Amino acid sequence: MSVLVYAENAGGLFKKATFEAITYAFDIAGGTPVTAVAIGPASNEELQALGQFGAARVLHIADSSFQNFDARVYARIISDAAAQVNATKVVLANTYSGKSLAPRVAVRLKAGLVPAAVDLPAANGIKRTVYSNKGFADTIAKTSVQVISLTTNAYKVEGGKPNAVVEVFSASVSAADYKIRTIEVKKVTGKIPLTEAEVVVSGGRGLKGPENWHLIENLAETLGAATACSKPVSDMHWRTHDEHVGQTGITIKPNLYIAVGISGAIQHLAGVSGSKVIVAINTDKEAPFFKIADYGIVGDAFEVLPQLNNAIKALKAAN
Amino acid sequence: MKILVCISQVPDTTTKISFTPDGKALNSAGVTFIINPYDELALTKALELKEAAGSGSVTAITVGDASTEPNIRKALAIGADDAVRIDAQPLDAFQVASLIAEYARDKGFDLIFTGRESIDFNGGQVGGMIAELLDWPSVNVINSIVFNGNKATIERDIDGGREVVELETPMVVSAQKELTEPRIPNMRGIMAARTKPLAVLAPSNNELLTEVNTLTLPPAKGGCKFVDPSNVQELVNLLHNEAKII
Ligand SMILES: Cc1cc2nc3c(=O)[nH]c(=O)nc-3n(C[C@H](O)[C@H](O)[C@H](O)COP(=O)(O)OP(=O)(O)OC[C@H]3O[C@@H](n4cnc5c(N)ncnc54)[C@H](O)[C@@H]3O)c2cc1C
Ligand SMILES: Nc1ncnc2c1ncn2[C@@H]1O[C@H](COP(=O)(O)O)[C@@H](O)[C@H]1O
Repeated sequence: MSVLVYAENAGGLFKKATFEAITYAFDIAGGTPVTAVAIGPASNEELQALGQFGAARVLHIADSSFQNFDARVYARIISDAAAQVNATKVVLANTYSGKSLAPRVAVRLKAGLVPAAVDLPAANGIKRTVYSNKGFADTIAKTSVQVISLTTNAYKVEGGKPNAVVEVFSASVSAADYKIRTIEVKKVTGKIPLTEAEVVVSGGRGLKGPENWHLIENLAETLGAATACSKPVSDMHWRTHDEHVGQTGITIKPNLYIAVGISGAIQHLAGVSGSKVIVAINTDKEAPFFKIADYGIVGDAFEVLPQLNNAIKALKAAN
Repeated sequence: MKILVCISQVPDTTTKISFTPDGKALNSAGVTFIINPYDELALTKALELKEAAGSGSVTAITVGDASTEPNIRKALAIGADDAVRIDAQPLDAFQVASLIAEYARDKGFDLIFTGRESIDFNGGQVGGMIAELLDWPSVNVINSIVFNGNKATIERDIDGGREVVELETPMVVSAQKELTEPRIPNMRGIMAARTKPLAVLAPSNNELLTEVNTLTLPPAKGGCKFVDPSNVQELVNLLHNEAKII
């Protein structure tokens, strides 16, 4: 028995979601070996550092012809690595890439897949979110090999373990197996990706218009937060669609979600109710958001936001 | 262009979710079931692609019992040419994917469309599994797709940005909201749907790899602590000292 974890990287750098997945892999391994597989160029230091979260070995495909993502090719590599280390559990982070890969890896290994896992395996199975965060399903994979894809921000990263041994890995695929050609990658720079953000400041129709969004952006900047919005806000093109959270938008699970001028319709809450702490700011004390918020201010966003921003700035300056 | 669109039936987005006392199933009393919103987008885009190509067909497929027929008829009313229902209770993504892949295997589809996820089980699993079972390439959560002959140019979301990719048919792709606006069935469509073919097929097998043990609701929130708008500092103190989040 052993655990394999897919160590996703972006341009050779590993992200928090990967560290979460490795920590989780280590915690479910119960002392059995944890191996990470990494695809594409990355420095030896970066690879060795994966050990700190619990991967004793890192299998590395350094060949730059594997740099671009093709789910079919990557899934083969991960499955080959799983076979090589006799993995009984394969862990991935439930990122965009993870979501593309997990079902394919599961089919290749004929493994039951538990997607969007939020907790460690227990007697009832593994807890995962269902019904757009309105419920949980304890899910049991009935197969001898299991694939788990871990919801981002759901599991705490724990470092401090020794560095990993890095080994070159060669899989049964070559560049000729690619069926997908990457033409262009448009990375949003200078902005914290919403799906990875620990703090999110979000605005709704209560903000009245795009010209007022500096209030949201200033607070987000002070907090090191990502910005989000309700559906009507992106439908009216006040903000771009990639900020729209909810049932038909992105689902997020930050530590802190600050909802400003958002009523809290059930479809909106579906995307954000998994947040650890929720703050709602709304002029209407009957707004449904207050039913699920931890902290609330019944007040005008135009007055509250600048004050909140200043108070947090002062706190950050003092610490 | 021959397209297969996978349609799942889900509780209406306004449903207040509750589970049966044994925690094994959704409490479906009073629940309206709809076409999964992402699948509606997939269907609409499939129709647009067929129209752009000037020829071809769009088949809607669902794995579900007879209760799904009104929604599969709706897919026909929106514009699918024909529909297939595989008569099985969908309990596991692998089961659903295997049934659809087996159906599609020798039918010459150029494109299989799914939604990015079903809003009930949210796994986003079925499309990738179909692709792997057929050994086809797959592109997830796409924002746009344009065909030039059998070559597709696709824009999709990735972590922290967007990516443009190219690939040839056959392929599996999954739809998300920016792709198009869903079509509403009109009277002519609804009339036509009554006579369009809807094949009901027996499942070829019913292998389940996972099982839901217990469904639970999220723990009730402790209630909202209100802070006076004239005392914003108090909120900052609570977030810092009590919630320890900033
Ligand atoms: C199938 C379906 C899917 C949907 N999916 C989504 C989704 O994914 N995400 C989503 O967000 N919505 C979704 N919706 C829409 C959803 O039902 C709501 O209409 C939407 O969330 C409302 O957005 P809002 O809260 O910004 O606007 P409103 O409902 O108009 O609320 C504005 C709020 O701002 C408050 N306000 C006004 N002025 C101020 C002020 N000066 N200061 C502070 N507060 C103020 C008001 O009291 C009010 O509560 C969906 C709907 C359907 C039918
Ligand atoms: N029972 C089903 N019948 C047909 N298609 C399905 C079914 N369940 C899921 N799908 C398709 O697979 C997509 C992803 O579903 P899921 O893996 O459940 O999140 C959906 O958007 C549908 O397109």
